[in-house]
Amino acid sequence: MSEGSVRTTAQLAEAARDPVPAIAGIAAAPVTERARPNAAAFAPVAWARANLFSGWISTAVTLALIYLIARWAIGFFDWGILHAVWTVPETATGPDASACRDAKGVGACWAMIGDKYRFILFGRYTYDEQWRPAIVVALFIGLYAISAMRRFWRKELLLIWIATLTAIGVLMWGGVLGLTYVPQDSWGGLPITLILSTFGLALAFPLAVLVALGRRSTQLPAVKALCVLYVELIRGVPLITLLFMASVMFPLFMPAGFNPDKLLRAQVAVILFAGAYLAEVVRGGLQSLPRGQYEAADALGLSYWKKTSLIVLPQALRLVIPPLVNTFIGFFKDTSLVLIIGIFDLLTAGKVAITDPVWQSYSTELYLVLAAIYFAFCFVMSRYSHGLEQEFSRTVRR
Amino acid sequence: MSGAVIDPRQAPIRAAPKKALSLSWSDPRFRNIVWQVVVLGTVALIVWYLVQNTTRNLAARRIATGFAFLGRTAGIPIGEALIDYDPSISTYGRALLIGLLNTLKVAVVGVVLATILGTLLGIARLSKNWLIARLSAIYVEVIRDLPVLLQLLFWYTALQGLPTPKNSFHPLPGVFLSNRGIKIPVVEWETPFWWALAAFVVGVIGTVAWSRSATRQQEATGVRPKVWPVALGFLVGFPVLIWGALGAPFAVEMPVLRGFNFTGGATVSPEYSALTLGLVIYTSSYIAEIVRSGILAVPTGQWEAAGALGMRSGTVLRKIVLPQALRVIIPPMTSQYLNLTKNSSLAVAIGYQDIVSIASTTLNQTGQAIEGIAAIMLVYLIISLSISLLMNWYNARIALVER
Amino acid sequence: MKRHILSGAMLLGATLAFAAPAAAQGSGSATIDTIKSRGMLVCGVSTGVAGFSLADSKGVVQGIDADTCRAVAAAVLGDVSKIRFVPLNTTNRFTALQAGEIDLLVRSTTWTLGREANLGLLFAGINFYDGTGFMVKSASGVKSVKELDGATVCVQPGTSTELAIADYFRLNKLKFTPVLIQDQNEIQNTYLAGRCDSYSTDASGLAAFRFQQGPKAEEQVLLPEIISKEPLGMMVRKGDDKFFDVVRWTLFAMLQAEESGVTSKNVDEMLKSTNPDIRRLLGAEGDLGKAMGVDNKFAVSIIKGVGNYAEMWDRTVAPLGIPRGINNLWNKGGLHYPPPIR
Repeated sequence: MSEGSVRTTAQLAEAARDPVPAIAGIAAAPVTERARPNAAAFAPVAWARANLFSGWISTAVTLALIYLIARWAIGFFDWGILHAVWTVPETATGPDASACRDAKGVGACWAMIGDKYRFILFGRYTYDEQWRPAIVVALFIGLYAISAMRRFWRKELLLIWIATLTAIGVLMWGGVLGLTYVPQDSWGGLPITLILSTFGLALAFPLAVLVALGRRSTQLPAVKALCVLYVELIRGVPLITLLFMASVMFPLFMPAGFNPDKLLRAQVAVILFAGAYLAEVVRGGLQSLPRGQYEAADALGLSYWKKTSLIVLPQALRLVIPPLVNTFIGFFKDTSLVLIIGIFDLLTAGKVAITDPVWQSYSTELYLVLAAIYFAFCFVMSRYSHGLEQEFSRTVRR
Repeated sequence: MSGAVIDPRQAPIRAAPKKALSLSWSDPRFRNIVWQVVVLGTVALIVWYLVQNTTRNLAARRIATGFAFLGRTAGIPIGEALIDYDPSISTYGRALLIGLLNTLKVAVVGVVLATILGTLLGIARLSKNWLIARLSAIYVEVIRDLPVLLQLLFWYTALQGLPTPKNSFHPLPGVFLSNRGIKIPVVEWETPFWWALAAFVVGVIGTVAWSRSATRQQEATGVRPKVWPVALGFLVGFPVLIWGALGAPFAVEMPVLRGFNFTGGATVSPEYSALTLGLVIYTSSYIAEIVRSGILAVPTGQWEAAGALGMRSGTVLRKIVLPQALRVIIPPMTSQYLNLTKNSSLAVAIGYQDIVSIASTTLNQTGQAIEGIAAIMLVYLIISLSISLLMNWYNARIALVER
Repeated sequence: MKRHILSGAMLLGATLAFAAPAAAQGSGSATIDTIKSRGMLVCGVSTGVAGFSLADSKGVVQGIDADTCRAVAAAVLGDVSKIRFVPLNTTNRFTALQAGEIDLLVRSTTWTLGREANLGLLFAGINFYDGTGFMVKSASGVKSVKELDGATVCVQPGTSTELAIADYFRLNKLKFTPVLIQDQNEIQNTYLAGRCDSYSTDASGLAAFRFQQGPKAEEQVLLPEIISKEPLGMMVRKGDDKFFDVVRWTLFAMLQAEESGVTSKNVDEMLKSTNPDIRRLLGAEGDLGKAMGVDNKFAVSIIKGVGNYAEMWDRTVAPLGIPRGINNLWNKGGLHYPPPIR
């Protein structure tokens, strides 16, 4: 459910920077962006002739595509902007959506988002306290930004993470520092999505490192078998079965009277799931480390743990950062699955928002807005990991 | 776990005569054994603890256990089934089997379509036409960055926007597109078709044999006899001949709008369409990337060398580039096929009755959560394992070709 | 609440001091003890059904199921606000109760023998009498379920409705194609989009759904047949009879209050009433509450906090346009018949 293969493929793409022969009907030519000649005078025309209208098939395809794009863009503009309903009058019994009903099929009803955006973003969190989850979202974004900066890749980063996550917990729960207590059942929306994915990654990571080391060990066959079993079992089943397990079966496993709540159970499921996938990512990093590094460490007479923590992991983990980010994007998207077990993440909150009879039939608008939110997060992260990947492969080649 | 050390003093190659295992902490082998016993013991203890809790809880809460419910009458209605099902007589076991078949139906069709669409997109991204390349890149980037569940929900909503059966689209005779799904005519299956099918199988064997002998001939003489006319004869002509000899029966059952719904013909339900469409679109964006980098991974020299030998570009692609690209493509492709199959479990959100959906209804009606989830997990593990084995076998075959 | 702090500590490594509430003195019921020591009743409700339990835009859960929970909180703790709602779907509702994650399940759940026999759970009473009904579009011209042969029916899986429909169609030798989606909002939108000819669920749910359509309500028709009995009630775990009693008599107290004309407005005056029935109900006479293990004036807390059954109904279900019908008191042609409180 997440993408394990990204690193390899991207590296391969990187490896083959040379002009590429085209295939199957498309005339052999260098890849356009890079091998473009620097035309002087009629650059745009020459460029268009080379890249859009070279030959009658290419011309026909270009024209057809331009036509389709234009039609679609005009249609979307009409629906999404020109004929859209942006606000509706507020009445004593709630918003009056008759304008939206009249525009149904012709124009979008963005008024629904205007009415419900706080519910979509923060769920049933106490209305007057919703500045707290808003700060939490900002903290998460700040945390990602800091972690993305090379400058902060030091031991202190761990402290920043612990401090931020603690602050997030305090803000969400409250009960101290004069903040009112907000029970976990009332949390919802974007903070839940961010919590599930971020805590999932943070807590799965140590587990993943141990499992990856266990799977690589040559002298501990039993431990290795155990790690293989764990990784393959988890990767063999869909996340949804683990979530079902957490939601339905987990209470049966625990002694009577011990009932961690639903969010925590889902979090455990996400951690176990993430652990297996991350373990494979880390193992990839361990494998790509030159054998000489291990041997040199042995030659120095370092113990296993010293060798691992001082020589192997620092190098291997650096290598796995890009695939790690890709895996994280996968988890970020996959947390939406908690919809099925009824946890109030962004997608669930959105869907519950339109149970309101007034807004019942505007799911397209809702899905577009949710898609934009997910896309904003994932796109930035995937661009970042892509950039990092290229940078790394350059370093490696040097 | 200190045992993973490759201690030069232990010198694996020119080892001193094996020493007896000494029961001392300084002996790495002893340490390893102790560590393993500790780890295994801890895991066993945890498992034992959980099992203890579970049995105690099940007993205390008087929850039924065991798989006896599989033989009980299900009573739950099922929307689409590949095999006969009647809620009044069919059992939960049969209901779960239907769920499994429905999952496979999505997985198989999804894998085939996603491969085709993904390959086309991957090639399009390398197109010389800037517009095609850009559009394909945008497609890949956008689709990958959206949760698949959101996409499924969107497609399901979109398919419900189709007209009602009475006003359905009618692009071809016998084909109706409405919010009840796609109706298509079916050919009534009669005995001669079985014979024609048998003839087709014989044809496939014949074609393979002929192509082998062609290869042998090519190796011997350097000239490859034409394969395709023989293949055509074997694969199409022979079955048609058999079918014609048996009286060429051909009766088409057309869907007709009667009462609420269409009767006759076959239906592709909106739930199935939305699930397959969503999964194909999502997975193809990953496959496109895999295909693209696979092709890019074949060095240009290979094209040039083949060209220098005077091979035509189609032949170069088939004989030189693809076999090499496939070696790179197969492993990540396997994991995409697995992902598609696992993602089909999201059917439960849009009302397609796959194994997860039926098992979760079952566990809800019987109250037997553990058995229900065990059934789901088992099914997916078996599917995952089979796909892995199949693709590993294929991968090994390709690796042999490379030599 | 303590559990939250615990899980918080597990998640964050934050150590937050928290004074444990005063220890319970032991009421003879494990559940009541837990509720008292926690200072809060944990009640399982649906994720959102209008009229039964649906969070309003301020996040406050409203509905007859939610109010029944509040009444129990009032009975045990004397305060309607000492309550935590856990939204559950049809898949995890029973396991949550079995596991003790919640104290009480009030989630429009139908009382059936199978559920009591197989699940280790017990129904403590019926807060809503319901039955499976069908809704069709008025444009279809269908007047009876018998005309639905060959129709596509939208229904939620894992419910007793699902089984009832399968039985009914089989019995009447009719064919139907089910469309089964767990999420209520999704299935309703699917029906509205025309994927199904008919939508089937509890008649109350259909009425509420039709009412919610506002000006478009005329486009939907409820068919006259009610094909099954769906008594919806409160569920508790087996083996805690005292708590079972409290839940059951909480409901009866609300019904009796309606019968005796006690409302949240006049309850203080009624305490001075000379009518022995009312005096016993309100704990002004006798030790009935104490005998049950709760405060003697538990009914006063309930009525002050939630009101009597009619008040609860008028606040939650009536706005949806559902007639009182069989949910009326026995002396007004309904089925609610509270046993004497004496």
